[in-house]
Amino acid sequence: MATVELRFSALPEHVRTARLVAAAVARRAGVDEAVLDEVRLAVGEACTRAVGLHMSNGVDSPVRVALIEDEKKFSIEVGDEAPAAAGTLVRGAGDEAPGRPSDDEADGEMGLAVISGLVDDVEITADEKGGVIRMSWPAAPAPVLP
Amino acid sequence: MDLSLSTRTVGDRTIVEVGGEIDVYTAPKLREQLVELVNDGSYHLVVDMEGVDFLDSTGLGVLVGGLKRVRAHEGSLRLVCNQERILKIFRITGLTKVFPIHGSVDDAVSATD
Repeated sequence: MATVELRFSALPEHVRTARLVAAAVARRAGVDEAVLDEVRLAVGEACTRAVGLHMSNGVDSPVRVALIEDEKKFSIEVGDEAPAAAGTLVRGAGDEAPGRPSDDEADGEMGLAVISGLVDDVEITADEKGGVIRMSWPAAPAPVLP
Repeated sequence: MDLSLSTRTVGDRTIVEVGGEIDVYTAPKLREQLVELVNDGSYHLVVDMEGVDFLDSTGLGVLVGGLKRVRAHEGSLRLVCNQERILKIFRITGLTKVFPIHGSVDDAVSATD
């Protein structure tokens, strides 16, 4: 079972909450302070992508984030429920088309590029039920003091 | 921490001072600000990111969008940033080759190439 699980409505304003919780749990799990910025950014990118996929596909269900503390590593799984075809569409980067309200989905691929650049251990899977981004970092839990 | 934005003019440059977090929620505000400046005829922008605590790919997308807009008017968009954790995101995405990044607002304002 995950150490901490989050489920949040697929709205941009909740991505920050996911970042803060993930960083707090990662710190407690013993992830190096120097790496916490990467954890925060990577989980933010994964959640942003999931929110974009849910919004653009009209998926009402929440985005899932599982924070898993193991003996020597800390893992994060971010799951969406957008069908695979939606997640693998090649989209143009950047914010074009003036007047378009949002370019959330256009940044999905740049988000993946950031995750791939940041995280050594990352696995991205998707099927017709949705996708999951799994990422992990080394962790060394602090000894419990008497 | 939300996003804070303020603008001021130095010569023909418009300085956009950004503070706080630029992410999927706040990036639209930055986009609106950049679009408004370009629509009002400010084509030489300096985005001061020294007060930015967090930047993600959504924010990068908005900056790239801003760059394309000013370039359409033969303008420029320069960044001011000394923070390693922010610079790292530009490096990972290869955007250090796209944006002129300066160590201070003074440098960015006096830069001409």
